[in-house]
Amino acid sequence: MADTPPPGPDAAQTLRLEGVYKSYGIGTPAELEVLHGIDLSLRPGEFAALIGPSGGGKSTLLNLIGLLDRPTAGRLFVTGREAGVLGDTELTRLRGRNIGFVFQYHYLLPAFTAVENVMMPILAARGRPDDAMRKRAGMLLDKVGLTPWRDHMANDLSGGQQQRVAVARALAMDPALVLADEPTGNLDTKSADGVFDVLREVNESSGTTFLIVTHDPRLARRCDRIIELVDGNIVSDRPNAAEAPGNR
Amino acid sequence: MNRFLPFEAIAAFRFMREGTAQTTLIVAGVALGVGVIVFMSALIAGLQSNIIRRTLNYMAPIVIVPPEQVARPQRGGTSGLLAENVQPRSQQLRSIDQWQKVREQVARLPSVVAVTPVVSGPGFALRGDANKAVTVTGIEPESYVRVIGLEEKIIAGRLPAGASDIVIGTELSKDLGAGVGDKLRLTTASGAAETLNVVGLFDFGNKAVNERNVYIGLRVAQNLLNLAGGVSSMEVKVHDPFEAETIAQTIQSETGLQADSWIRTNAQFFTAMAAQSLSNTLIRFFVGLTAALGIASVLVVSVVQKSKEIGILRAMGTSRAQVLRVFLVQGGVMGLIGSLFGCALGWGFLAVWRGVALNADGTPLFIIEVEPELFALAAAGATVVGILAAVVPARRAARLDPAVAIRG
Repeated sequence: MADTPPPGPDAAQTLRLEGVYKSYGIGTPAELEVLHGIDLSLRPGEFAALIGPSGGGKSTLLNLIGLLDRPTAGRLFVTGREAGVLGDTELTRLRGRNIGFVFQYHYLLPAFTAVENVMMPILAARGRPDDAMRKRAGMLLDKVGLTPWRDHMANDLSGGQQQRVAVARALAMDPALVLADEPTGNLDTKSADGVFDVLREVNESSGTTFLIVTHDPRLARRCDRIIELVDGNIVSDRPNAAEAPGNR
Repeated sequence: MNRFLPFEAIAAFRFMREGTAQTTLIVAGVALGVGVIVFMSALIAGLQSNIIRRTLNYMAPIVIVPPEQVARPQRGGTSGLLAENVQPRSQQLRSIDQWQKVREQVARLPSVVAVTPVVSGPGFALRGDANKAVTVTGIEPESYVRVIGLEEKIIAGRLPAGASDIVIGTELSKDLGAGVGDKLRLTTASGAAETLNVVGLFDFGNKAVNERNVYIGLRVAQNLLNLAGGVSSMEVKVHDPFEAETIAQTIQSETGLQADSWIRTNAQFFTAMAAQSLSNTLIRFFVGLTAALGIASVLVVSVVQKSKEIGILRAMGTSRAQVLRVFLVQGGVMGLIGSLFGCALGWGFLAVWRGVALNADGTPLFIIEVEPELFALAAAGATVVGILAAVVPARRAARLDPAVAIRG
């Protein structure tokens, strides 16, 4: 479903950032540079945690990677395509096809059922509902263990269930990359573990790349790679030594 | 999810259903507005067409007559002397010069339906001791009925066909005591007289007309009024009675004859009608504006309430154009649904009005013909107004920065 990446040095990478800067309030006295030249790349199938103190630029970086915002300087490639040269419509399409989002506050559409929420990205891309997308949504809900709740309205589900729906929705377009912003920040430990397990399972079964912003060191330790962002700079980027097969 | 609906419509319907209270209120508001517009429009159109119909019943939209005769003071004598007082000429009954040619010329105009020659002048109807002043109208029945629906007004007997036939009004029939089959004598100022058979009675629903008009064959009238071979006027029917004045002016400039439209003849009545139409237009405009503002305000609030959801939709690949359409559809649907209820409401108002506005004898005061186009037009108008009202909120929604909207 994802676009076939054109051949090139970045083709093998799901995500690549080259010297990315981001400033707010440019030209005003309150001009503030939030990111100071970020270089970062993610390979297909990676399961990485992005950690760091609040105000360190994590959300800004995530918005740039998610193509919700544009960098002030630097280059950004998603599945080998340079985002900076694309117009608004193209960018929306690239985002819709290649990037899935899971937010802290799940933000399901309350007017729709669980299965309809999962269908929504496919529906927006294709224009009209059909059985194939309904089937795929059902399959994804099954993957996150919510088949019995598929026809419940979004608001009738518990927080953990809603977040699982959000995960299923993020996977609807079979994206190369899923961005999760504090996906478990709003959940109790048991639900949080459940959601995290789902993310990990999807990563292992379908090779989807994950970048997870988290404050929770316990969860960060369960990722393959830990990137630490402090004051707009990556201060450490290392494979997680503790993470090894069978260690989870 | 209906598989026949596109994404935009599905999202729009769900959003509206989510805000049931808001949606219901605004639909009710639009319905009331449309109901008032439908009722007012039907009422005024009914009133006007009724008056027009009553007038054009016995009156042609355009009457062509010979140009007025003017006094021409003789020149000569002491030059520089000006006639101080010129006596206006008396207008004698004259024929239209070469009326057959004029008739063909006028009939060729595209906006003209029919032309009929008429010989008309004063006369007296006599029967026994009874003696009534009448307007003698000589007609060519075949073409006359295409201009004025005389045959529909015949309540007994038939149209005049032969040289000795006459058709009179119900009032005159009462005054003279003459019914179908009776004879009466028609005389004119020139002294000519004819004894004629009453072959029909008409009722135009207007006492003066029923009392004064008598219809006879063209040739008899020509003899009676001393206009052998000529006609005193020609009556013209046009497709659109409201265009009569312009057409009359065209005829006037093309034939050099005088053409009077019913609009000029009834100028005062027309001014009143124009004022009525203007006030109706103003009411429509302001009611439409109110409905539009209502829809717009509901949608503005909805965009603010749903900004996070809009942000999410944008994040997962919904384009700006799609978001725009989601809100335009909402505006259009609110307008359409409101107008459907409004049409029913207007219909109800009219039904109530019909039951109340009656003459003393129980017949309706006037007939209101509700045209289906009025409803179609109201529905289409309200839908367009709804879409236009949604433009500003929809653009706001489409312009939302997803990153900002999601962060809240």
